Amino acid sequence: MPSKKIDIDVRHITRVEGHGNILVRARDGVIEKTEWQVPEAPRFFEAMVRGCSFQDIQTIVSRICGICSVTHSLAALKALEDALGVEVSEQTIRLRILAHYGEQLESHSLHVGYLAAPDLLGRKSVIPLAASHPDLVRTVIAIHRAGNLIMEKLAGRKTHPVRLIPGGFAMLPTAADLRALKHELEATLPRLQVLAEAVAGLAGAFPAFERDTEYVALMKEPTYPYYHGDIGSSDTGEKVPVREFERVVNEYVTPQSTAKWTRWHRESYMVGALARFNLNGTWLQPLAKATAEALGLRQGCCNPYLNNLAQVVESVHVVERSLQLIDELLSAGIRPETPKVAPRAGVGVGAVEAPRGVLFHKYELDAKGNCLSANMCIPTNQNHANIQQDLEALVPQIIDRERDEIRRLMEMLVRAYDPCISCSTHFLNVEFV
Amino acid sequence: MKPRVAIFDFACCEGCQLQILNMEEELLELLSVIDPVEWREAMSDRSEDYDIAIVEGSITREQDADRLRAIRERAKVLIAIGACATLGGVNRLKNHFPMAEVQKIVYGDAAAMPHLATMPTRAIDEIVKVDYKVEGCPINAQELSRVIRALLAGSAPATPDYPLCVECKKGENPCRYDYGEICLGPLTRAGCNAWCPSNGFWCFGCRGLLDDANVEAAEKVMEQYGRTADELREKIILFNTPREPGE
Repeated sequence: MPSKKIDIDVRHITRVEGHGNILVRARDGVIEKTEWQVPEAPRFFEAMVRGCSFQDIQTIVSRICGICSVTHSLAALKALEDALGVEVSEQTIRLRILAHYGEQLESHSLHVGYLAAPDLLGRKSVIPLAASHPDLVRTVIAIHRAGNLIMEKLAGRKTHPVRLIPGGFAMLPTAADLRALKHELEATLPRLQVLAEAVAGLAGAFPAFERDTEYVALMKEPTYPYYHGDIGSSDTGEKVPVREFERVVNEYVTPQSTAKWTRWHRESYMVGALARFNLNGTWLQPLAKATAEALGLRQGCCNPYLNNLAQVVESVHVVERSLQLIDELLSAGIRPETPKVAPRAGVGVGAVEAPRGVLFHKYELDAKGNCLSANMCIPTNQNHANIQQDLEALVPQIIDRERDEIRRLMEMLVRAYDPCISCSTHFLNVEFV
Repeated sequence: MKPRVAIFDFACCEGCQLQILNMEEELLELLSVIDPVEWREAMSDRSEDYDIAIVEGSITREQDADRLRAIRERAKVLIAIGACATLGGVNRLKNHFPMAEVQKIVYGDAAAMPHLATMPTRAIDEIVKVDYKVEGCPINAQELSRVIRALLAGSAPATPDYPLCVECKKGENPCRYDYGEICLGPLTRAGCNAWCPSNGFWCFGCRGLLDDANVEAAEKVMEQYGRTADELREKIILFNTPREPGE
């Protein structure tokens, strides 16, 4: 029998944010190597922000990631306010959460509709889908635009927010802005149902792969939190305060990656939409719950490919919650507020859920409010080890298939995590051993 | 025949490519006049045969400089998009520190591992010839679309050479200096319609400083509001850390 060689070397997997490689080497069914590599050029933000004023930090660190710039700004602002002893108003919190929901909607619809859907429909990109599935593409565009509209109205821009500043908002939305948003979001709910039905119809295209792992997300019962909460795990009932995030993430450097990896109770853990759904799914809004049911997604799911389904469910949830928040804001009336923040020395930590998982920022400031040191842990960093473990479990199950099919299933798995690789190498934790 | 367009990225947040996706239906229209042949963030297709290369990001490693040179050789026209590509942007803040220190801060004892090597940040035009620049952090996709359409029409796209204050005054915004803030409007190239001051925030110069900025006028503004040149410099370096002399 001739020996069967399989060599897969995907240099820079496509339709993900940033640069990642997949390597497989097998001889006669014996797998010699399965490797998830992260060769992204690091940017060293932690070193760069030293010496910068607390007033400039959110402007700099939002540039870690184009797709989750609101999330990075919010994590930084929460950490800075923690260090500076600033309490923001209830109005500020509501407006921030609303802006953050906009980013979840924008990012999830981008990922499901533009980046993952071509896999389900057997295409190389969304561009040919515009001709083959015009209605679906138009629906995704409309949903994506609604997410962007929330950020424009609340944060002043679709990417790299301008209005989110320490202590509150540089400029507030008007009641008319909020009413326009409400109108758009009411029209978005039926569009999300169309998307969910389309995805449900393609559910057979998701591989039936399962691997039990630890799921980690912010938790604050009885809510499905993105902005508040402590760190929870599917392995233990413990809730860790975000100030102690370093004992959760346990970062380490590996030769196959310029991004650091993490582990908690096991060799790896997963963060992101599926982790949040598994831990907090009980507290989803009604339409989101019904969507999960229609998609066949149940808590305790350990098929990483179904992260895409959790993203659809969350998209419905954030629109339902956004509509409630807008009503609350409109009935309370938008009060003019001038953020007042005085510098002082201190250390602060902030955590928020990025579309792709929990994000931590930590800053130490001197008495003038200038940054002495920074420490961050990015969701995709936290997923890298889990991606590696998944690939190691997946490859033996599919190694007898054609090379291209193995490659396709591996790429699809990585893509399901919605990795934000440039993000994960832009902030790497300091770990002086 | 439609021009073949490829989009590439180096060290950056990929937010400028996101602005292209954010064009929504307008992107579909743009696709009727160009043929995208490679765009890793959005497509699995690849090609080494293209007319226009659109490049986002800064150069921070020698292997990336080599890849950029290869892209330049293949492309008839190279467009640098966004502050990372045109200026070095926030990535350039790194250049204020020795590289060994920067690596040690981020990677600790693992800093010596060869795959973690880095070099001072450089803009695209510090490595290869750039034909057109689209400034901003992030870019305005309509501006990129205008540049591409001007190229197709055979005309040269124009960029403003006056300070941001001109647009800000037209927009009837209150001056940020009146709020006790330092704003880079007097020194920064216009073209964004004073986006940040119009949203209640100071200009941090992401479109780059004017070639012939009226420094005297800026100094006068600083003096008038009792601010110092050091304070101004702290803001300038955020996106406009100067290039090394002779670099």
